[in-house]
Amino acid sequence: MSSDTPFVHADGVAKRWNGQLGVENVNLTIPRGSFVALLGPSGCGKSTTLRLLSGLELPDEGSITIDGRDVTAAAPSDRNLSMVFQSYALFPHLSVAENVIFGLKVRKVGAAERREKLDRALEITGLTGYEARKPGELSGGQRQRVALARAIVANQPLCLMDEPLSNLDAKLRASVRKDIKKLQVELGITVVYVTHDQTEAMSMADMVVLMKDGHIQQTGTPEELYYKPANTFVAEFVGAPPMALIESKALPGFESATHIGLRAENIQVATSGKGRLACKVSECEFLGSETFIGLTHPAASGLTVSLPGLKTIPAGEDMEISFSDSDLHFFDDAGKRLATPAG
Amino acid sequence: MTEHVQNERRRQAIYGWILLSPALVLLSLFAFYPSIATLWSSLFSRGTRRRPTEFVATENYADLFADPTFWKVVINNLIYAGATIPISIAIALAMALWANSKIPARGFVRTAYFTPTVLPMIAAANLWLFFYTPGLGVLDKIGGLFGFESVNWLGQPETALWAVIIVTIWKEAGFFMIFYLAALQTIPEDLKEAADIEGASRWTYTRRIVLPLLMPTTLFIMVNALINSVKLIDHLFILTKGGPSDASKLILYYIWEMAFAFFDAPHAAAMTIMVLVVLGIVAGIKFTILDKRTHYQ
Repeated sequence: MSSDTPFVHADGVAKRWNGQLGVENVNLTIPRGSFVALLGPSGCGKSTTLRLLSGLELPDEGSITIDGRDVTAAAPSDRNLSMVFQSYALFPHLSVAENVIFGLKVRKVGAAERREKLDRALEITGLTGYEARKPGELSGGQRQRVALARAIVANQPLCLMDEPLSNLDAKLRASVRKDIKKLQVELGITVVYVTHDQTEAMSMADMVVLMKDGHIQQTGTPEELYYKPANTFVAEFVGAPPMALIESKALPGFESATHIGLRAENIQVATSGKGRLACKVSECEFLGSETFIGLTHPAASGLTVSLPGLKTIPAGEDMEISFSDSDLHFFDDAGKRLATPAG
Repeated sequence: MTEHVQNERRRQAIYGWILLSPALVLLSLFAFYPSIATLWSSLFSRGTRRRPTEFVATENYADLFADPTFWKVVINNLIYAGATIPISIAIALAMALWANSKIPARGFVRTAYFTPTVLPMIAAANLWLFFYTPGLGVLDKIGGLFGFESVNWLGQPETALWAVIIVTIWKEAGFFMIFYLAALQTIPEDLKEAADIEGASRWTYTRRIVLPLLMPTTLFIMVNALINSVKLIDHLFILTKGGPSDASKLILYYIWEMAFAFFDAPHAAAMTIMVLVVLGIVAGIKFTILDKRTHYQ
């Protein structure tokens, strides 16, 4: 493993449809063996980026290299990658076994080797015994695992996944999430994973690429995105509840910033007259171990304070909050993060 | 068993029969009864003024088996079916695959293919008469440009049946294409993408994915083509009238001739029964063997 040459590299990649924006100026550097999540709201271009990497779409501008080879215009099959589709794209008339070994047959792998690889892939995904079933006879989770097995059996160093969990129910999603992460580590493959669910991205990925309107907003580890959001979009997208944004005029001493960001866990309830902001309670959201109290303030949006246990506070009640300056994030009038709070 | 359960069962049964009755009445009246009546009349001799109708059992069938024209017609129809079914299906599939890809003027291509279907068979036959007519016809005109001699396509026994076969294929292929086109559009785009990622060639994808997924459609079309190969005879009336010397005569035309030109209803009935039996056997094969090997979504 050489860390100085990136495994996947996209340089200034752009894709447009009839003048409509697909993605613009996408620069990605993905180290070998890493788990990268492309995160963003729907229509942000994350799937397009994945399809550009896969070769199912060709870029209008820029270049893509995989494993040191320029594949900008190469066919999908020449890029040594496997892909898991959101719809799974299983062949409905073929059995589980036939679906999994479809690619091996195409590549003329011998019958004995096919058998061996099939058995291994089915064992890894827990599908042993389902060889003869058709996709129509499987549950959603099982189909998803067939799609995974098909990607595993190809034994490619790079695996692209396009929202592979979005068709599963919440409970299953959490367990498959762990399985995928474990698989990636065990097989030592590089995974590029598209999702709109930040929990998935934050919990699985070594590196998160947050996109909006076809542009990359921030690339970094989950911690970086959480603790050092590059702009107000990232601040408001990452975290549950998202970061609150306060207009700087409401807080004296920070006039050089336009917006000030603040996370719920850094807010304390202050006794009357001693708080830094006087708000009104808008709603209480009970989550079991804690309760999120939504607050309204004329110069702030998304203010939430997290209190332990069950709290019921009637809406409209006054509440003052305090926080320390070191927990504040500062953004300029373009929404970009400011390094230091120039006072 | 308690009474209300029994009442409920009875009500369900009555409900079922009510739902069943329209189909039952119509089928009995227009399919079952005529079939049985035909079978019945095929077992009796033709009545004349001097010799009344009498029960002759299978004599009518024996007459047919001894009739060289009958065998000629059967062989003609086998050739007709053997040529029109596979060729029209193959052409329909090829046209559908082509019209489903991203080609310029796709709408025009599809419309052009479908046009023969909307023409009545009689009109189509008249059109082709204009192609085939010796001397005046388009085929001869074109042939003449290259110095070929005039050919009487419909007038000579060697070519008459094939000329009729070509008209049928031309008429059917566009119709079958529509079914294939509809089926092709139900195949999700991402199957092709998944196959692309695996490195499957266009041919592999077509053979291993598209054709199997089209199999239900192919079966449906095959049954239709088979039925048409028996029942589509309108153009014979315009083009050849079964001639020359029975060279292009098909079974249904012969049945019609037997019944309404020779007024020999019992022999026509016997022939009808044989056609029904053959079609019944084919339907049996379709529902048992072929359906089991076909993937329905």
